[in-house]
Amino acid sequence: MEVTFYISSAIALLSTAMVITRLNAVQALLYLIVSLLAVALVFFELGAPFVAALEVIIYAGAIMVLFVFVMMMLNLGGSALEQERRWLNPRMYLGPVLLALALGGEMALMIGNTGPAAHAIATVPPKEVGRSLYLVYPVAVELAAMLLLAGLVGAYHLGAGKWTNKEEEITPGFRDRKAPGNPAIKERSI
Amino acid sequence: MLDLLWLVPTLPLASYLVLAVGGKRLSRATVSWLGAGSVGLSACLALALGAGFLASPPPDHRFVQVLWIWMNTGGFNPAIALQLDELSLLMVLVVTFVGFLIHLYSVEFMADDEACSRFFAYMNLFVCSMLILVLADNLLLLYLGWEGVGLCSYLLIGFWYKDPENGRAARKAFIVTRIGDTAFAIGLFLLFVHLGTLTIRDILELAPAHWAQGSGMAVAAAALLLGGAIGKSGQLPLQVWLPDAMAGPTPVSALIHAATMVTAGVYLIARLHVLFSLAPAVQNAVAVIGALTLLLAGFSALTQRNIKRVLAYSTISQIGYMFLALGVGAYSAAMFHFFTHAFFKALLFLGAGAVIMALHHEHDMFKFGGMRKEMPLVYRTFLIGSASLAAVPFVTAGFYSKDLIIWESWSAPGGNPWLWGAALVGAFITSIYTFRMVFVTFFGEPHGHAAHGPGIRMTLPLVVLAFFSIVAGFLELPHTMGNVTFFSDLMHTVLPAAEAENGRGNELLFQVIAAAVSLSGILIAYLLYYRRSAVPERLSEIPVIGTLGRLWFIGWGFDWLYDRLLVRPYDWLARVNRRDVVDAVYGAIAYITLGFYLLFSRTQTGKLRQYAAGIALGAIITIAVVIFL
Amino acid sequence: MNGVPPEHALMLACGLFLLGMIGLVVRRNIVFMLMSVEIMLNATGLAFVAAGAQWGQPDGQIMVMLILAMAATEVAVGLALVLLLNRKFKTLDVDSASTMRG
Repeated sequence: MEVTFYISSAIALLSTAMVITRLNAVQALLYLIVSLLAVALVFFELGAPFVAALEVIIYAGAIMVLFVFVMMMLNLGGSALEQERRWLNPRMYLGPVLLALALGGEMALMIGNTGPAAHAIATVPPKEVGRSLYLVYPVAVELAAMLLLAGLVGAYHLGAGKWTNKEEEITPGFRDRKAPGNPAIKERSI
Repeated sequence: MLDLLWLVPTLPLASYLVLAVGGKRLSRATVSWLGAGSVGLSACLALALGAGFLASPPPDHRFVQVLWIWMNTGGFNPAIALQLDELSLLMVLVVTFVGFLIHLYSVEFMADDEACSRFFAYMNLFVCSMLILVLADNLLLLYLGWEGVGLCSYLLIGFWYKDPENGRAARKAFIVTRIGDTAFAIGLFLLFVHLGTLTIRDILELAPAHWAQGSGMAVAAAALLLGGAIGKSGQLPLQVWLPDAMAGPTPVSALIHAATMVTAGVYLIARLHVLFSLAPAVQNAVAVIGALTLLLAGFSALTQRNIKRVLAYSTISQIGYMFLALGVGAYSAAMFHFFTHAFFKALLFLGAGAVIMALHHEHDMFKFGGMRKEMPLVYRTFLIGSASLAAVPFVTAGFYSKDLIIWESWSAPGGNPWLWGAALVGAFITSIYTFRMVFVTFFGEPHGHAAHGPGIRMTLPLVVLAFFSIVAGFLELPHTMGNVTFFSDLMHTVLPAAEAENGRGNELLFQVIAAAVSLSGILIAYLLYYRRSAVPERLSEIPVIGTLGRLWFIGWGFDWLYDRLLVRPYDWLARVNRRDVVDAVYGAIAYITLGFYLLFSRTQTGKLRQYAAGIALGAIITIAVVIFL
Repeated sequence: MNGVPPEHALMLACGLFLLGMIGLVVRRNIVFMLMSVEIMLNATGLAFVAAGAQWGQPDGQIMVMLILAMAATEVAVGLALVLLLNRKFKTLDVDSASTMRG
């Protein structure tokens, strides 16, 4: 069944290439979703059904959807397309591609130096994953939870919209409560 | 009893410390008591020690007191050790006794000065250093004292530092003696490397064993030490600092530049006479230098107007006599002349100081005149001192010591007629300039009036010194006049006696010649200067004599020569190097660093994508290093 | 099933990563840069899964989950910042926010 692997990897590579070359942001996002789905299939082929499901549900289903929502909210319009067209010319790709080729060559060297696989791929069922997660790595779970909490609080705080009314507003994160005669500052608890 | 030796230099040192730390807070009376009293105590102690030493001399006529080991590095362990033998006893007695009289004098001389405590602090430090110099058991400690007196000389010459000329004179003194000090130090290194020790006694024993007479090492060592002595004693060619050193207060000139520090060179050569006898060429050079210097300085003194400069050149000249004596091998004659010279030269300086002070710090003697009636006591003591300097026969100490030297310059093993002739001419000139000074200052019409006469603290030292200027000579009477050899017998244990070789029987004749010479000098001075006649001016109008006179006035042009030869090129070099070539190296380092900074700060563009590209580049390089190395 | 050689999976991960890197450096729009970062994170996760598959251990998948959590957080906060940046500079050009230089 490896042919599935090769097909889905081809799809992943192709759609990723499309992501980085689109002018329209939403189109790029949609291509990205395709790429993620292809990678989820690759996960499945590699004997990791759990993370394959997670990839679809969380990565493609939540994170990318968040991206799409924000893009819609930004409401960029046609001028954005013009801008992108101006910014993206093939000459820009030269340097990065060279860098990428150099890095790729090195990685190929390293990967080639490792020996062949000792045994066939075995599927790791979710039960294994769960047991390992909560018995061996509970600290990691806690840490991830704290990280998410921090992200939640940060995102809420940043996006609360207090910094929108003044033209010459300072950078986010700094609030001058004590400046006299500042009518836009409302009393907040944080 | 002799164990109290360490107190002799320590008392002035303690006084220096107290005055240096808290002098400003003490009253003037306390400062004076401390300053003069400490030296006085040292003098009493030295007298007692001397009496004890002479009454019952220690074995080998040498007492060593080791205080502590100074340092211990790699087998080199000099000690702070003091040695007392007849030579150092003589020096200690002179330094403390004359020093005390001068300190007493300065209590009144510096009474109006607000920096009184600083003055006494430096003077006490000087006395301490000089005592360490003469009491030192090893050459390193001697060098410590040597440097100490040089430092104090600098500090005291430039005592009135607010006038930059004084600072210049002080610097000149220090730098010129430094040249001698460097030669001295190199000589010390040489001695240590070859003989393995710096203890004087050991050097005097090892040197003849290791070095043959006239060998290169001995000549080198002796020549270097001679260099040091020349610098400190103001002999040719390093005599240029002494006349300018008169910028300091008169007691300083009396103590340092007449009686003690400038004789340190004489002491050094006398102490290390063995080295010099191992290098006859150098010893000859000592004599020649002494002879030349006494002539040069004598001629210069003939034309000076500043009374202190006359005395300065006179000092250089008299030390030339001492060097001459050392050079011909008459060591105890040299020390005898040092002994008498300390008394009468200090007396002359102090007397001159009294006149200067009375006439409101006027220094030009031609503006004095007639002081005989205004300051009779000063006049009489000054006359006694001048007579001693001019070696008036029979009654003055100077006669006996200078005459001895003149005789030895003919008859000693190293003597020869040329040296004798030079000494004689020098004596003639000495009489002339000395009594020129006396007549111009004390006779004739007064130009100014003395404000007030000196008090007891100034007159007592003058009287005491005058007494000794007469009496001190009687310690050593020549064969023809009673043959008292107290002094040379004393010195005999330390210094070799000079055996007279040629013309022993003619001693009386030579003495008559010497006496005649000095008296005729006085006569000439009388003729020229007693009545303020116009002869000197008319003499100076004759072209040859006039130019000679001007040449002598500027000290035979040595200042001019050194200025052209050494000072100006150095100034030019300093000016050309104003940007400081060596500093440019460090500047270049900073400059390169700045260059790197400018280079690397270009990479901080604030553009995120470039940062990302940089990270990628870094990753490539790091992985490449891991793979390929 | 037969084994997919893990080297190939690693090569795929490598390729995806490089594409993400190219996108990161080339694009000037912030949102596209964030997307490229997502691509790179995903590629890393793929590499972990491949490694875990080789050894037959769940550690690879656990790492992927942690990466997932981190990516979610980062996207949330990052997009909030993008919104703010847009309001301040009126543009999504990342080069406009380059005052921290020198």
